[in-house]
Formats: sequence, structure tokens, C-alpha cells
Amino acid sequence: MDFLGEHQPELLPGKRQLPPTQGVIEAPHGTTIVAVTFPGGVVLAGDRRATMGNVIAQRDIEKVFPADEYSAVGIAGTAGLAVEMVKLFQLELEHFEKVEGAQLSLEGKANRLSTMIRSNLGMAMQGLAVVPLFAGFDVDRAKGRIFSYDVTGGRSEEHNFAATGSGSIFARGAMKKLFRDDLSEEQATTLVVQALYDAADDDSATGGPDVARRIYPIITVITEDGFRRLTEDEASELSRAVLARRLEEPDGPRAALL
Amino acid sequence: MSTPFYVSPQQAMADRAEYARKGIARGRSLVVLQFADGIVFVGENPSRALHKFSEIYDRIGFAAAGKYNEYENLRIGGVRYADLRGYTYDRDDVTARGLANVYAQTLGTIFSSAAEKPYEVELVVAEVGETPEGDQIYRLPHDGSIVDEHGSVAVGGNAEQISSYLDREHREGMTLAEALKLAVTALSRESNGTQREIPAERLEVAVLDRTRPQQRKFRRIVGPQLSRLLEAAGPATAAEAEESGGDVE
Repeated sequence: MDFLGEHQPELLPGKRQLPPTQGVIEAPHGTTIVAVTFPGGVVLAGDRRATMGNVIAQRDIEKVFPADEYSAVGIAGTAGLAVEMVKLFQLELEHFEKVEGAQLSLEGKANRLSTMIRSNLGMAMQGLAVVPLFAGFDVDRAKGRIFSYDVTGGRSEEHNFAATGSGSIFARGAMKKLFRDDLSEEQATTLVVQALYDAADDDSATGGPDVARRIYPIITVITEDGFRRLTEDEASELSRAVLARRLEEPDGPRAALL
Repeated sequence: MSTPFYVSPQQAMADRAEYARKGIARGRSLVVLQFADGIVFVGENPSRALHKFSEIYDRIGFAAAGKYNEYENLRIGGVRYADLRGYTYDRDDVTARGLANVYAQTLGTIFSSAAEKPYEVELVVAEVGETPEGDQIYRLPHDGSIVDEHGSVAVGGNAEQISSYLDREHREGMTLAEALKLAVTALSRESNGTQREIPAERLEVAVLDRTRPQQRKFRRIVGPQLSRLLEAAGPATAAEAEESGGDVE
């Protein structure tokens, strides 16, 4: 990163001059990302929609990326900038690992991402914010952890579950009612699909499972064995199972009243 | 003012080459071999922290004999070159050929500049392809030349003797266990023809494995996995070696 800044500073997002603008710049925005921990790991998932104003800019955008072997980052906000930020983040983690011969700690990775978001503050003030959700398996503590961020780069660790993006309020509500301490990996992946379904139900910028086009959420699982992205078939099976239940109960599973 | 002695350029270069060669010869040798599923790096290295082999990029590995601080410097330079290239263009645009050229330039410049002492290092840059035909191995001696190698290569102290042995014994399509055994045998041959024992904990082994599902093909082989491979290669038949070579990871 320092090397890049010295040799080719134009490649770094934070170093660019911003043109003066008036009003909001129209660019595709990504929407909802959710994460939930379970004993043994963490699940990070995102819907597939990108919107530009009231238009759906892309139906099958991918917003969840592996950062390295033991962590992943999901992005909400301006898609172009966010994808670049993730690319740079992946590069830094890999570079560090190769040069030092050891991985950064999970905290270290989370802090690094925080600085990168902060360097984008100028753009964020012009409406081009990037707000990621970072999840990873902490090898030292042997558990999954989630970190959420605000536009200024403020970092906070979330316990149990977290969401970011326009549909996050609805997703968080759903997860709050469905979360339990003893989820299995499969239950955790089902939970995130439910949460994304609820987000898509109430937020127009979040895409639900698209059965006709076979576009399903991206679901990733990080455990002791490393990062794994569920295959198309696994994601489709999960989404169809949730969808089938929703045909009977459109609002999803009911939590106990007391 | 005293007049410096005249030294002919030939003599000056020969002295520098001799100096570098001596430095390299002090270090232990290492070998790089092609096998059916990729390229294996084997060397004798008592240290667990200072590696002789390392990953440069997805398909590219690096091996060095000689002075640690000098090749470490070159290694970090290589990682930077590769990462910058991959970030600016695409991951596929980082190749062993490009990297070997950069190293050759650097080593050549240092070797012929009168102000600096020549680097006492010999490098190997290897890239694993989709098929064995796509594998590339380059050897870079201290003076900045590039040698395109096939099958096997040895660098370091006893390199000539080891590589002539490897040339005789190495064949295409070996399993990992077979290649490892050949490498260890080659490394443990003394110059007077006797064999000495190199225990597993003094071996440093890494592979560029084309069958690895991840994008990054470099993997170190350590601990139980290494002992298992060494045992498999020992008295076992080729069929058994095949089997245990297949279920590593």
C-alpha cells in the first residue's frame, strides 16, 4: 500500500481529485448484506440487486467477496468504488501474507478496512459512500466474528448478527427474531436467506430470489476450513425451500410471543 | 597521489564472478523438480523461520541459494512487482518470464556496477502451467543471465554434481512422493560419493500444485504430511506412492 502510494499514487482511490458536483451523482448502488455467526464459523450473504435511482441497474451483481482464506467482505453502497476497494483490500492482505510469511490478525484486517473506508470520505460526502460488512474466522480465538462500519470508517464489532445497506433494517428485524445461539451451519445459511427475503419484501432496492432467471443470493461460509461459497445448486435449493414455505406463510416463520 | 593498479576488465569480472560463486557455494544446495501435478521445491534448511522457497504469485514460486539478506531483498521486490502488475492489469498478466527478466536486469546491473559488490545469490523462478508442458523453470545465476531449464534444476554449493545426478534419474510424470525421494537422495549425496542422512525436520519442501482448487497454487509441505510422503516414497512400490501422493492436503 505504501509502495503503491509512492510509485503509482493514481491507483489508490483516496488520492484522486474530486470534480465539483451539484446534486447527487447517479451510479449503481448495491443494497443489502447480512451476516450471522454460529458455533464454528460465520455466514455472510448478500442479495443480487444494484439500483440507480429508481432503476434496477443490475440483477445479478455479486457483492460478497473473499478477502483472503479466512475472511470475506460484503459491500453496500456505490458498486464501482466498493469493488475497487475490495480489490485493493484483497491485494493488501495477500501482499502482507506473502512478504511477512504470516497472516494479519482478524482485528488487523478489520482495522485496515476501516482506514480504507475513511480515505473515501470525500466521495462519501458527495453521495458515493461505501459501507462494507466484514466477517471472518478468528483463528486465534477459534470463532466467527463480524465487523460493521459507518461511512466515516468507524468500526464496531457486532455480536451474533449484523446487516448493512438499504434493506438492513428489515433484515436485522428478521434475524433478531430468528437467531439462536446453537445454530448449525445449515440453519445459519437458512437464516440469512430468510433475512434477505424479508429485506426484499419491504425494501424496493433489495432483490429477492429470482426463480425465473435462477438468480439467488450469494451465500458464503467461513469456518476453520476457510472460505467457501455455496454453489449455485446449494443456494437455489435453500432459496426454493424458503420460498416454498413462504407460499404458505408469506410473512415467514413466527417467533414465540413470550 | 598513487596511481591505482591497472586491472583488465576480464580480470575484474572474473574476480567478481569468483567472489559470488564462492559465496553461493557456502550455502546448502536446493533442487526444483517437475512432477506430474506440478513443481516441487526441496532443500535442506535447518531454520523454520527463514525460508528458501516462497510464493510470488498465483502460479509462481521462488527459490534461492546464497546470502539470506540479499535474496530476501530480491524476493520482496518480486512480490511487489507481481502484486502491482496483477492489480494494475489482471492476475493472468503476471508471468514467470516477466519476473525472471526483472530479476535478470537487477542482478546484471548489480553485477556489473563497480560501486557495489555482486550479489551472492542464485535464484530459481518457476511457474506451474495448466499441463506439464506449460511449466516453466528459470535459473538465474549471480551475473544476471537467464537459463531456461526443463525437468530438474539444482542451485547452491554442490549444484553441478547434483544436477548431473538429477539429469540422469529424473523422468517425466513422476508422482510427488517419487520426485521428493529423488530430490532427497540427490541432496544427500556427498562429493566423495557417500550418502548422508537428512532428517525430515531439516527439509524445507514446497510445491506449486496445479490440482489445487484455489487460485494460489503454492503450498508448503510440513510436519506429518511431509513424513507421510517421505515414508510413502521409501520402501513402498510405485503404486502405493501414487496413492499417498494423491490424498495429500
